[in-house]
Amino acid sequence: MKIRRDVEQEKNELNMTSMIDIVFLLLVFFVMTFKIVEMEGDFSINMPLAGSGSSSDDLELPLKLRLRADGEGKLTSISLDSINLGTDYDKLRGQIIEVIRNDGPDSDVSERKIEVDTDYNLRYEYVIRAITAVNGYRDENDQVVPLISNITFAKPRR
Amino acid sequence: MKVKSKKPDLAEGDLTPMIDMTFQLIAFFMVLINFTQTESNDRVKLPNSQLVKPPSEPEEFPIVLHVAADGEIILSGDTYTVETLSTGLRGEKSVMVTRDVELPDVKVIIRGHKNVAAGQVQDIIKACQDEKFEKFALRAKEDRS
Repeated sequence: MKIRRDVEQEKNELNMTSMIDIVFLLLVFFVMTFKIVEMEGDFSINMPLAGSGSSSDDLELPLKLRLRADGEGKLTSISLDSINLGTDYDKLRGQIIEVIRNDGPDSDVSERKIEVDTDYNLRYEYVIRAITAVNGYRDENDQVVPLISNITFAKPRR
Repeated sequence: MKVKSKKPDLAEGDLTPMIDMTFQLIAFFMVLINFTQTESNDRVKLPNSQLVKPPSEPEEFPIVLHVAADGEIILSGDTYTVETLSTGLRGEKSVMVTRDVELPDVKVIIRGHKNVAAGQVQDIIKACQDEKFEKFALRAKEDRS
């Protein structure tokens, strides 16, 4: 008796194993090297070489921002042109706004300079906070209102 | 007459959704991967600032100095102190000269750890000035809180 075999449809099945292996290797590589990118930005610091500044720019004396630190590098006082502001950055910002207001509407804010004079051991983050306070602020609409952007450092105190 | 098939039954799972998901994950990580390793360093934790914004276009000729909490400076993968930094800066200067870049156009980006002494950052600026660099930028992390 003749038995007819069912006509089996030939299936062309690809071997997926090697592809899945590579895909998983790629996935592991990307997961291991993944690092969340933090948004960073810069504060420009104006430090011209000695003798290279133009005389007309130097007519206006810069504001003097003095930052004092304790033995551990913590901020103990902020003073702007010898006005003591405690350790309050908002007061510092308010004082800067006051200075710019007193300059009058015709004055150019970009010509205003500030010299940051810090104790040697003051932690850098306090300096950045002070620079942030003098550099500007964000208004109610989250727009940056620029204040003084011409920032220099005094000679380091040892 | 019943003829038994000799083929064993293979339980084949459908791999399609898994492969779809895996490719999507790969695409996600590929898009987000950051290859700019030179712009970051594990030893540096930047201070926060509410005002800084990522620059709209990257600096053309930057020199990035990473300053660790202990004051060590990392420049192009090599470690320096304030005293030895001039050696590294001279190396960078020679690279800039071969590219016909004027030194005043070069911006020195200082990525200082938030706990480093501010005086050390000032010393680094002084060391750069001694090598005729004039443009500086202090880098901070954007704080949107």
